This record gives sequence, C-alpha cells and structure tokens, in this order.
Amino acid sequence: MADQAQPRPLPDPVTSREWLQTMMLIRRFEERAGEMYAKAKVGGFLHLAIGEEAAIVGCARALRDDDYLISTYRSHGHALVRGSNPDAVMAELFGREGGLCRGRGGSMHMFDLANRFMGGYGIVGGNLPIAAGFGLASDYLGTDDATLCTFGDGAINQGTFGETMNLAALWKLPVVFLVTNNQFGMGTALERHSANTDLQERGQSFGVPGMRCDGMDVVDTYEVCREALETARTERQPVLVEAITYRFRGHSMADPEEYRTKDQVEEWRKRDPIITFAERLREADIIGEGDAEQMDADAVKVVDDAVAFADASPFPALESLYDDIYVLGDQLKGWYSVDERGAGVQKGEDIGA
Amino acid sequence: MTDGVTTKRYREALNDALREEMLRDETVMLMGEDIGVFNGAFKVTNGLLKEFGEKRVRDTPISENTIVGMGVGAAMTGLRPVVELMTINFSLLAMDQIVNHAAAIHYMFGGQVKVPLVVRMPQGAGHQLGPTHSHSWEALYLHAPGLLVATPSTAADAKGLLKSAIRDDNPVIFIEHEYLYGQRGEVPDDPEFTVDFGHAAIRREGTDVTIVGISRMAITAERAAETLSTEHDISAEVIDPRTLRPLDLDTILDSVRKTNRCIIVEEGWPHGGVGANLAALIQEQAFDWLDAPIGRVTGADVPMPYSKPLEQAAFPHEPQVVEAVRHLF
Repeated sequence: MADQAQPRPLPDPVTSREWLQTMMLIRRFEERAGEMYAKAKVGGFLHLAIGEEAAIVGCARALRDDDYLISTYRSHGHALVRGSNPDAVMAELFGREGGLCRGRGGSMHMFDLANRFMGGYGIVGGNLPIAAGFGLASDYLGTDDATLCTFGDGAINQGTFGETMNLAALWKLPVVFLVTNNQFGMGTALERHSANTDLQERGQSFGVPGMRCDGMDVVDTYEVCREALETARTERQPVLVEAITYRFRGHSMADPEEYRTKDQVEEWRKRDPIITFAERLREADIIGEGDAEQMDADAVKVVDDAVAFADASPFPALESLYDDIYVLGDQLKGWYSVDERGAGVQKGEDIGA
Repeated sequence: MTDGVTTKRYREALNDALREEMLRDETVMLMGEDIGVFNGAFKVTNGLLKEFGEKRVRDTPISENTIVGMGVGAAMTGLRPVVELMTINFSLLAMDQIVNHAAAIHYMFGGQVKVPLVVRMPQGAGHQLGPTHSHSWEALYLHAPGLLVATPSTAADAKGLLKSAIRDDNPVIFIEHEYLYGQRGEVPDDPEFTVDFGHAAIRREGTDVTIVGISRMAITAERAAETLSTEHDISAEVIDPRTLRPLDLDTILDSVRKTNRCIIVEEGWPHGGVGANLAALIQEQAFDWLDAPIGRVTGADVPMPYSKPLEQAAFPHEPQVVEAVRHLF
C-alpha cells in the first residue's frame, strides 16, 4: 500500500477520467437502486457498494478483457465496471425480462458471460471454489487468462477460504483473491469476527502470499491488483490481496446500523474515493472547472435511462417459469421429462423434441 | 459397431466409461480424494492416473465442498469434470456447491452458462461402516431441480449411464452402490453404447403386482419376484427407474395400470423418500387402477447402526419385499 503522503502516479488523462467516470456511475447507480428499493421497485435484499467504488474499479481495470471477474452478492458495480449495460443491470433489480439474467437472479446474482463477469453469488464464500475452478480451466486449456475473485472480510472465516487457498496454491492456479475488507461482516466488526485481523496474511500458511492496497484509492488498488495478476498469470502463483475500504451504507437496505457510530462513518467519508480522486485530477489539471459536475450529470443521465428502461421492460412471462432449469438436448427434450407433477400435456413437450 | 458383450464387474464398467469418455473428449478430467495414486477408494479409477497423467486425473485434498465447487467453475469455463466423492455421506459437505451453485447456476443466470459436471458417489449399507458412511440419499438429490440423478443397479447401466452423464450439459449426481461394485453383469463392447436418462428398465415382466426398486433394491426386488413366483404363485413385474431425474413415470404407470398393485423398495429413509414421492405420483395418475394401497419397503428410520445384526435389520431384504407384496392380496 502506497504511503498516504506519497500517492502513486496517476495514469494517463484519458484513463484517469474513465476511472472517475465509472466510479461516479457506480455511485449514482447504487444511490438510485436504493431509492428504487424504497419505492418497492426492487425486491428482496439490496446490498449497496457505496464507498467501495475504488476497490471495484481499481481491481477490474487491472484485468484483461478475457480475464474472469467473479464477485459476491454486492456486485452491481462489478457488472457495470466490466461493461454490462446499466439498463440490463437495473432491469435485473426490477425483476424484469430485460434484466441481465432475465429476472431470475436479482440483485445478488448478476452475471454477464459476454463481458466475463462470472457472477454475483449469494452464499458467503461460495464463489471461492468456483473461482479456483475458472483458474483450473484456464490452466488446463492452456490459455493466458487469469481470474480475479472478490469477497468480503466476512467470507474469510468460511471453510472454503482455507480449502480454496490450499488448492489454488497446490495446483498453481492463476487466481487473485481480493478480500474487500470493509470492516464488517454484515453487522459484526472485523475485530469481533477475526482473531487475526491482518487479512492479507491469512493466505500465507497455505502458500498464498499477501498484498495490501488502499481500497479507497483507485490508483493504489489498480497497481497492487495489476502486480498480483502479473504474478498469478506469469508465475502461476495465486495471490491474496486485501483492499482496505469501507461501505458508507448499511450491509443491506434492511440495516439500522446499530453496530457502528455516525462519527466513524463520517471519518471514513472524508476519504470518499470519488471526492478524493476528483480532487487529485483537478490538482493535476486532468479535469477542469465544471468537468466533475458534467461527468456526474452524465452518470445521472445513464442511471435515469436505466430506470426508464427497467420500468418499461416487462416482467417475465409466467410461462417462462420453467425455462433454463435444464439444458435441453438429445437426452432432455423438455421439462416435461424432468417434471413429474402431471401426466397431462405440458408445455415443455414441444421444446426441442 | 460391435455386437458382443463381456461380463464385467460394476466397478470395471464404470472404469471403462471413464476411460472411453476421456479418450473421446480431451476436456473430460477427474478430480477426487485418492482417485490417482491410490487408484480410488473403491478402485473405480484404477489405472487411469497411469494412463492419462496428473493433468487429467487429479488427487485432491480432503475438501469436498471446494472440490465440487472447482468442478462447477471448471464446468462453467470449458471442462467436463467428473468429481468423485468417497461416499454419499461426505457429499453433504459439498451440499452448498451442489444445490446452491451447481443446480441453480444455469437458471439463476438466465441460461447464460452451462454446468456440465458429474459428481459420482457411492451409497449403501452392509459393510458395517456405521452412521457416517452407510446411508442412501438419492431422495436428497431428487429434491433439487437443476440436478439430474442416476442410480444404476447393473454393470451395463453403470457404464451406459455414466457415459451419458459425462456427455450431458447438466450437472449430474451419479449415485453408485458399494455393494454393487463387485457384482458382475454383461456389458456391451460397443464404445458408443450409452443408456439415455429417463428410460426405466423392466427387469422382469409380470401381471399381478409392480415392484419398483431403487438402486441396489432393484436387485433385491428381482430376487423377491423370483420367490413370489415359485413359492406364492404371484407374478411380479419389476421396474428399475435407473434415473430419478428425469423419471420415466410413464413406464411405471403403464405397469401399475396392468397389475393394479404396486410396491416401492428403497434403501433410504421412509420420510420424504423416493417411495413417498413416487407413491404420490402414482396415486395422482392411476388411482382408479389401484386395487390396494401403494406399499413401501424402506430402510429403517434410524441412523445406520454398526453391529451386524442391527445393520442388516436396518435395510430391506428379499423376505420383507415378499411379505409386503403378499400383504397386498
């Protein structure tokens, strides 16, 4: 992690602006998602990543297009940063046919294969073995692809963490594990859930070296993840990166936040990754007077359009309830063959027969 | 094409299936505890490490949930992994990856990605392994939409169904049986021999009662049918569904409509079991053809005991099936 007093050099102006723009998009998207939740346009659980934008953009921009990114149930930003259409991400939150996953997954289960965003996963720690599986396939097939797997500090105490670190190191898989340490596993503070709070150290006994980045600093996050991915890709050595960050909002929308003080939140807000990065770009003359405001307005416009798209997108047809439970083919010709509820004529009988 | 058959043990038939599919498709690879150097706890993978090398036959640490999860991830990105779990009891450690992930991913991601994964595991009592190594849990996996479930009872089916499972694009729970590993049967020599999922086998034709046997209990049911014929003049039709998802309900219903009586035999527990499910389906579809309540013969509703007489009393044998059938008349 770079010394706070000596921040890492900025990337070129075009890249710097794109990072700021993308962080702003995620911020505005999340804020609007929260509003839509309050209006009951969005159901279920909604986990917002406000405050974690630098950790999201920094790690994702260190990836090549063909690399795999896999995340958790807090993954709207990961989909957006990978290039998913904001319209489709919002429509997924709305449970609409035009959603990324046609309304089957919802907030916690985004997925966009075309952009190699390999999913949000609702089970804490459940994505770790799957990420190692991506690494295994890349290795087996002899490609140059790497995988970056994000998970929260809460997930580091799951059994899959130790199991996956061990296997990834044992089989020399090209995977970077990024623990987004936002200080809380839901409402349980880091020091109340982990005996060893130095999370980047936790992979070492399994043979996975650790690195740390300032997850409130997009440049630092980028540089550390870039180095970790290089190690994973070329040395076939998995790496555990700890991004120190903070979520400004509750764990989900149903969180009264009784486990932390307003002062603590305010203290972290001073390090807001968007405000601080915009300030740096201003100081470096990469953006000028009014630029940030314009970029923000652009982000709001994209989000406005996404809400309009989601609102206009129809709910999935009820007849599609049984779509995609199984891959149909020569052996399975329709869901009739796997649905035993009745012997009458069923919809699936004429599918692929 | 060759028309011949060779007598093989069930485990050898499984081994042949794995070898043939690995030769046929480079993306087929094996992972599991002690499947390589040790050649498999039940020797199903015997010789495959030597033949295919460490890239394709991988010994794993004892980390069931993560092994299966890696299989899920690898299946999503281009491989056809076959994961071996040492017993079905151990598969509970992988329940999260099997049910929350493998079964759900194709659906919850709107059909964008497939999970062509096979998870093999043996079940069954009879070796005095007590309550953590001896259960029969096809009902647990039957419960979950998104999974296919196979329960082969013969060497030919073991081979044919495993080849079909590996070629299928869905996650398959492939439930073998410890008792059956050493049993012999005729297996077609044709390397393209497969058994499609969703086609029940009528093991013996009869007119008086239908006996549906699951997994090893298909064998027990056949023996009981022989006794019923020779000693009690009852003609039993024996059906082995072979796969529980998809289930060939039509073949079972046709039989019940002919015989008007039905007994379901399974080794697993009675509550929420395969038989409970099947009895509901049969009475929904063929109530008017039934001359007697549908009967079930199941494993005892207990954790599997160690002591031999207790263990033998805790899963069905031929006399119980005979008695259950006679009770219908």
